[in-house]
Formats: sequence, C-alpha cells, structure tokens
Amino acid sequence: MTARIVHIASNTFREAVRDRVLYNLIAFALLLSGSAILVGQISIEIERLVVINLGLTAVSLFGIVIAIFIGIGLVSKEIEKRTLYTVLSRPVRRWEFIVGKFFGLAGTLVVNTFFMAIGVFGALLYVAHKLTSSDATILIALYFIVLEFLIICALALLFSSFSTPLLSAVFAFSLFVIGSFAEDLRGFAGMAHGLTRWLATGAAYAVPNFSAFNVINLVAHGQAPSGQLILQNTLYALFYAGMALSGAVLIFERRNLK
Amino acid sequence: MNTQRLSSQTRTTLIAAACLVLCAMASVLTLRRVDQLRPRATLEDVLYISSPKVVKRASLGYDGLMACIYWTRAVQYFGQRFHDRSLSYNELAPLLEMTTQLDPQLLVAYQFGASFLAPRPPNGAGQPERAIQLMEFGVQNNPQEWHLYYDLGFVYYMELKDYAKAADAFERGSHVGSHPFLKIMAAQMAQHAGELDTARMMWNAAYQSSQDKLVRQNAVEHLRALKVDEDITNLQSTVTRFGQKTGRLPNSIYELATAEKWPGVPVDPDGNPYTMDHTGRILLKHPEDFSFATQGLPPGFTPVAKFHDQ
Repeated sequence: MTARIVHIASNTFREAVRDRVLYNLIAFALLLSGSAILVGQISIEIERLVVINLGLTAVSLFGIVIAIFIGIGLVSKEIEKRTLYTVLSRPVRRWEFIVGKFFGLAGTLVVNTFFMAIGVFGALLYVAHKLTSSDATILIALYFIVLEFLIICALALLFSSFSTPLLSAVFAFSLFVIGSFAEDLRGFAGMAHGLTRWLATGAAYAVPNFSAFNVINLVAHGQAPSGQLILQNTLYALFYAGMALSGAVLIFERRNLK
Repeated sequence: MNTQRLSSQTRTTLIAAACLVLCAMASVLTLRRVDQLRPRATLEDVLYISSPKVVKRASLGYDGLMACIYWTRAVQYFGQRFHDRSLSYNELAPLLEMTTQLDPQLLVAYQFGASFLAPRPPNGAGQPERAIQLMEFGVQNNPQEWHLYYDLGFVYYMELKDYAKAADAFERGSHVGSHPFLKIMAAQMAQHAGELDTARMMWNAAYQSSQDKLVRQNAVEHLRALKVDEDITNLQSTVTRFGQKTGRLPNSIYELATAEKWPGVPVDPDGNPYTMDHTGRILLKHPEDFSFATQGLPPGFTPVAKFHDQ
C-alpha cells in the first residue's frame, strides 16, 4: 500500500518537474535579487524588511498558484489522457491514487519552497551582510507557508475529483481569498444574531483560516511565533487537509469513470 | 525546396526581429511622452485608495509588504517634493498614516515620517500636529521604544516650542528601558528650554543616538547652522556696540576685528571668514553651504538642501 502511494507520488513529482514547474524559481530569483538591489536605493532603512516580506510573500503566492493550477489537473488530466484507467486496472485503489497525488504535489511544493528559502536567505545575507539568530524565525514562517500549501493541495484535489479544471481553479482560488478573510468572517459572526450568527459562525469554521498561517510581518520584525501557535497550526493544517483529502477520496471512490 | 524554405524562414525571422525592436523602442518613446503629459500621476494615484482598512484587506494578509511599498512611496514623494523645493506636501501625511496603519511596528516610518512632516516648508510639510499624531500612534503601538518618545519630544521642542509637552514626552520615555539621558533632557526642558545650548544638546543627542547616515547628516547640518546663528548674533551685537561707541558703522569686518583686538576675522564652521555689507549686516561667505541657518543670509536668498558628514 505504502509503496503504491510512494510510486504515484514520485510520478506526480516527476511529471511536475517535466512540466517545468520549477522554472518559477528563475522568476523568483530575479524578483528577489532585483528588489534587494533596488530597494536600498529608493527607500530608507527597510531593506531587510522588504527582502523578508517580499521573499516570503512570493514563496507563498508562487506556491499557491502552483498548488491550484497543478492540483486542479491532477485527476482530470489523467482521465482526459485515459492514463487513469491504466493505473486503476493495476492493483491500485482509488484512494491510494488520490493520496499519492496529494503527496506528489505536496513534495513538489516543499522542494520548490526549499530552493526559494535558500534564495530568501541569500538575499538577506546580501542586504544585511550577516545573518542573526532572529533570522531563524523566518524558518517558522516558511513552515507555516508549507502548512498552507498542504491545505490548498488537498482543496484543489477535492475540487478536481468532481469538477472541471476551470471551476476547480475558481473554487480553490475563491476559498483562498475567503480563507484570508476568515478572521473578519468570525468577527462578523460575533456581531450577528440568531440564525445569521449560526450560519456565519458555521461558514467561518468551514472555510480554511489562512490568516492564522500568515506570520510574515511578525518574523520580519524579528519576533518568533509561540510554540503553542506552531503546534496548533500544525494540527489545524493536518486536520483540515485530512478533511479535504477524505472528501476527495469519498467523491472519487463513488465517481463513475466510464 | 529546402533552401527556399530556409530563406523564407530567415526573412520572416529578420522582419519579426526588426518589428520587435522597432515596436519596443516606439512603446518606450510613447510612454515617455505620456509621462510628460501627466507628471507625477503614479504618486497621485495612490490616494484613490485612502482607507488603510481597504488596503489591508485587499492585501490578503500580506500587509507587511504593502506597508513597505507605501513607505517607499512616502519616501519617494517627500524626496521629489523636497528636491523641487515644493511648498505643498498634501499627500505625505496620508501616505505615512497608511504605512503605519498597515504595519504599526514599522518604527522607521514614525521616526523619519515625523522629521518629514514637522519642519516648515521647504524643509518639510510644515504639519507638526500631524507629526505629533503619527508619533503618538507609534508610542501607543510600541510603548517600549524609547526612540519614539525622544522623537516626539523633539517635535514638540523644535517645531512647536511647547517645552512643557516636550519635557513630558522625554519624561515618559525615561521610564522605558535605561536611557538616563532622556531624564536629563526632561530636566533641561524645564529649566533652559529656549536656550541655544539646549538645541545643541538635542541635535548632538540625535547624532549620537542614530547610526543612520541621513539622520546623522541632518543633525550635522543643524549643528552647523546653530553655530553660524550663534556667531552671527554675537558679531551683530559687536557691530551695534561699535556703532554706539564711534557713532558710525565699521567700514569692514577687518576694522571690527582690529577694534575688538581679535587675532583675525571670525570664520564659519567651514573656515571661511564672515563678511559685512555696507549696512553693517554680517553675512555668510557661502550661505548655500548652511541649509538650516537663519542668520547671515543675503536678502532674498533661498536655502538649498546640502548635506555634510562632519
């Protein structure tokens, strides 16, 4: 079982590499090196802040775009090319296929994030001339970004398991935007009464709370998120991704592939 | 057949490449023309979104990056206006408020922002009240940053001449961390607020408490200007005394130096001798070298920004 999932995951990773997904690293490198050189000349005393903010924002946004646009095609492309039938005619269960795809995509994003993180630290070294112990907090922000990717990957797979690529992209991106406002949604629920309050609270908990993972500005100021937050965010990401992935499996198990 | 196709392909390549280069050049030239027709349009546009809340939400949580962008815009806006010796800085305060609302911990925006907002034009926006508001917002969000109390007191002292409030700001700052010199500042405010020595102490402290090149250059300029103002005030008193004694003005500054038995003609911080016009006014030889001097300037002289390291 594990071997089959690993095979599917490694094939998904290889396919992403073949699709030149990692080419985004070139754009990322250009963006970061350009800003590191330019900002020092056009602004005052924020070179370090810009490198961290811009670097981590780019890591996050590039990853989310990759997760959505690859994730939505993971199932539909296999159906379209009819390769799915070849895979499922072998001793591979449908749920193994979905889980394998999830890990393949997550692996691609982790590798991508690893190279981008090297770029962020390189740019930081360039502008600040040295790295300090407080820069280690950037690793926590990167870890939270990876957790965010896990949720997005699972959601993209969930939508991909029953919808067309275009609609899946719209759903996944909308959920990302709504999830970024999750705290506002909760605030709105707090102000409402009766049924509206229940519905708004339900919606606030149903959408992924991406704002909880965003500690970019905090670490840019050299402050470390608490250990409790790291633990709870990890659990939340695992549970939410697990929920979306289970949904994807449930739908895909029952989907008529004829 | 193959040769024919190759030459046709080469021709297409050459024409497409030429079109690409021509169109690229033409688009650059056209854009430059557009820029001339609507100068500063980019910076003005930013204020179409004047609500920090809207910008914060639109940034999808990446508000730290947005704050950096707005801060850079504020610096660019101020730099452009300052360079043009503009008398209006209408968008500066909203840009700074937007920046600090997006990232209340961006200390540099408070510290530099106040020094952009407070001084009278053309050296700043001439809005010390907005500078105070900005600093108070900074203090509220970063109560442990003693620099902010110092800068707040500085604005009260230098721009509003409100020595009681300056003393209060220094006093509040002296309770944060261990910076005994804020305590001294508070005491100095209470006893010798309007004196030149107090101003000199403030600029010296500004120089020593910052590692930033621009802050230090600004402090140096003010210290140089204070020295000039002090020298010229003293020299002018000497000219008046000479007049009272002899019933006429000295013919030159050399006559004044001889009468006072000075070893030579007094010189400015650059070593250039002060001069005197026919009305007995003491003047700087190179007034353009002293951006913030208020004395010794020829009539109608407009100071220009010029910075020295020492």
